[in-house]
Amino acid sequence: MQHTFTFLLLLAASALHARTWVVAPGTALASIQAAVEKARPYDTVLVRAGKYHEPILVTKPLILRGEGWPVLDGEHRNQPLSIRSNHVSVSGFRVVRCGSGSLEDQAGIKVYNARYVYVFGNILEDNYFGIYLSNSKRCWVTGNHLTAHGEVEQTSGNGIHAWKCDSITISDNRVQGHRDGIYFEFVTNSQINRNWSAGNVRYGLHFMFSHNDSYEHNTFIRNGAGVAVMYTRNVTMRHNTFSENTGGAAYGILLKDIQRSHISDNIFVQNTAAIFMEGCTRSVLERNEFRQNGWAIKVQASCDGNTFRNNNFFANTFDVSTNNQLVLNTFEKNYWDKYEGYDLDHDQIGDVPYRPVSLFAMVSDQMPYAMMFWRSFTVLLLDRAEKVIPSLSPDNLLDRSPLMKPYVADTARQ
Amino acid sequence: MEATAKPVAGIADLPMLKIAKYVVYDILRNKFVLAYLLFLVLVSMSFFNLESDPAKGMMSLLNIILIVLPLVSIVFATIHLYNAYEFTELMLAQPLRRSDIFLGQYLGVAVSLCIAFGVGVGIPVLLYEGTLRGAMLVGCGLLLTLAFVSMAFLATVLSRDKARGIGIALLLWFFCTILYDGLVLMGMFAFSDYPLEKIIIGMTFLNPVDLARIAMLLQLDAAALMGYTGALFQHFFGSVLGGGLAVLAMLAWVAGPLWAAVRIFRKKDI
Repeated sequence: MQHTFTFLLLLAASALHARTWVVAPGTALASIQAAVEKARPYDTVLVRAGKYHEPILVTKPLILRGEGWPVLDGEHRNQPLSIRSNHVSVSGFRVVRCGSGSLEDQAGIKVYNARYVYVFGNILEDNYFGIYLSNSKRCWVTGNHLTAHGEVEQTSGNGIHAWKCDSITISDNRVQGHRDGIYFEFVTNSQINRNWSAGNVRYGLHFMFSHNDSYEHNTFIRNGAGVAVMYTRNVTMRHNTFSENTGGAAYGILLKDIQRSHISDNIFVQNTAAIFMEGCTRSVLERNEFRQNGWAIKVQASCDGNTFRNNNFFANTFDVSTNNQLVLNTFEKNYWDKYEGYDLDHDQIGDVPYRPVSLFAMVSDQMPYAMMFWRSFTVLLLDRAEKVIPSLSPDNLLDRSPLMKPYVADTARQ
Repeated sequence: MEATAKPVAGIADLPMLKIAKYVVYDILRNKFVLAYLLFLVLVSMSFFNLESDPAKGMMSLLNIILIVLPLVSIVFATIHLYNAYEFTELMLAQPLRRSDIFLGQYLGVAVSLCIAFGVGVGIPVLLYEGTLRGAMLVGCGLLLTLAFVSMAFLATVLSRDKARGIGIALLLWFFCTILYDGLVLMGMFAFSDYPLEKIIIGMTFLNPVDLARIAMLLQLDAAALMGYTGALFQHFFGSVLGGGLAVLAMLAWVAGPLWAAVRIFRKKDI
C-alpha cells in the first residue's frame, strides 16, 4: 500500500510538467516508438485504437495508455513491448502474437531489471509468454486477461512469469491455455491474490524457491497437473479453490520440500489427489475443505512435523494414504464424513480415534488396477476387518479427536 | 361390441403377456412386493436425508443395490416360481407353448420387481439427484433385477426340490456378490507381477454385479479413477465401444440364464 502511495505521489508530482503525446494511425504521430522517444520522463503516451506492428522498447519512466484497445501485434516474430525502466505504467492494450523461441523467452509484455512497473487492465492473446517480470522489484500485474492455445508443454510459455523478483503483486488476473498459468522462480515477499487460472497445459500455479509469499482467494481449475509448490519456505495459501485437476499425475497441490508453511481455508473439489506432500516439514494445514476427491491427502513418509487440524472431509474416495508405516505428522480435530464413532460426553469430539487410511487405499497404491474392486462388498468387509485390527495400515496414523460435526470457520476472525 | 372386440388381436392378447398380467396381479396381491417397495423408499429417502451430500447418499444406496437387490430378486423369484407350481401345471394343461408359459411368468415376476424398484428408488433419486448418474443408478438396478430374476428361473428348473432350488439361488447370489470379487482379488495378489489390466477388464464382464458396480464407480469416483492405470478403465468403460460392450454383457446376463432355463423347461418332465 505504501508503495502504491509513493508511486501515485510521484505520478502526481510529475503531472505538473507532464505532457500527453497522442498516437493514432494516419496522423503525424503514428508510431508508438517515436512517441516514446520524443516523450520526456513521466510524460503520458496515449495510444488510440488501431494496429501497431512495431516492437516497442521503453527506457524511461512513462505512462502508456491505450484507448479503444489498440493492438500491439508481434506477428509471431517480435516482442511487442519491452520495458527497461523504472516507473512505467501500461494499461488498456491488446497485446497479441509475440514471437517464440528457445534462445530467449519472448513475452507479450516483458519487464527487465525494473522497479515500480504497473501493468494493469490489458488483454493478451496468443502469446508465447504473457507477462514476464525479470529481476524486478515492487511491480504490479493487475486485472489482465491472458489467453493462449497451448497444446503441449514444449511449444507454449507461461502466462505470468516472474523470475528473481521481490515484493511484487499479482492480482485479479485471468489466465488460461498457457503452459503454467502463473510461474514464480526466486520470487520473494510477494502477493498473489484473486487470480483465476484455468485450463493451462501444465500447472495453474507453479513456484519454486519463492519464500515468504502469500496466495489468497485464487482459483485454479482444470489445469493439466494442478498446482505445484516446491523448495520453498514460509508460504501462506489461504481461501484458494483447487478444482477438477484430474489425471494420473494431477494434484490439487503438489507440495515438495516445503517448510513452515500455512495452508488454510482452501477448498479442494474433484481432484485426483487434492494434496500430495513430499518432504514437507513443520507446516500447518487447517480449515480446508476436501470434497469428492480421489485421494484427499497423500502424505509420503518423508514429511514430518506437519499438523492437519479442523479440516473437513466429504465424499472423498480415500481420505488419507501414505507409503510407509512411519508417520511423523499430527491429525487432530478434523471432521471425517466416514467416521462412525460415538460421542458419549457430548463434547462434539468423537470418543474413538478415527483411522483415515483405508486398507484399500494402501492396496491400490501398490496395485492401481485393484481400484476396479472399490465399493465391492468383499472389499468393504476387508476394510472393516482392517479398521478393527490394523495390520497393513500405519497404526499411529489416526485422529484421536475427530469432530462429530463439520468444522464451521469462525467468520469473525477472518 | 363383440364385432369390434374380436378381430383386434392386439399385442395384449398374446398368451405370454396374458400370463404375465395374471402373474403381476397375483404378486401384487400377496403384498411382498409392496413391502419391498416401501423398504426401498424408506432406505433411499433416509440415505438422501441423512447425508448432507447427495453423492454420499448415492454411495450408500449403491451398496443396497449391489447386495440387497440381487438377494431379494433371486430369492423372491425362486420362491414365487415354486409356489406357483400348480398354476404352471394348470397352464401346461392348456394348449399353450411351454416357452410362452415360462416367459410369461418371467415377465410377470420381472415386471413387478422392476416396478417396485423403479418406484422405490427411482422417485427418491429423481427428487434428490436427478442427474445422469442418478439415471445410471436406476438403470443399473433395473438390469440387475432382470439378471437375477433370470438366474432364479434357471435355479428353479434345475431342481424340483424347493429347498435345493433356493439353495442354488442363494449360492448364485453369494458367488456374484462376495465370492467372485474375493477370488479375483486373490488371483490378483498372486499374479501381481504380471500386467493384469486387460484380464481384469475381462473378468468384470463375468459378473453382473461387478458390471453394475463399475458403471457406478465411473460416475461416483471419477476423480480417483483418473489416477494411474485407473485412467485405462476410465478410457475403456467411458468409450462408446467399452460402454456398449458393458451394456451388451449385462443384457447377456439377462438373456443367457433365461435362455438356458427355457431350453431346460421345454424338455423337462413335469
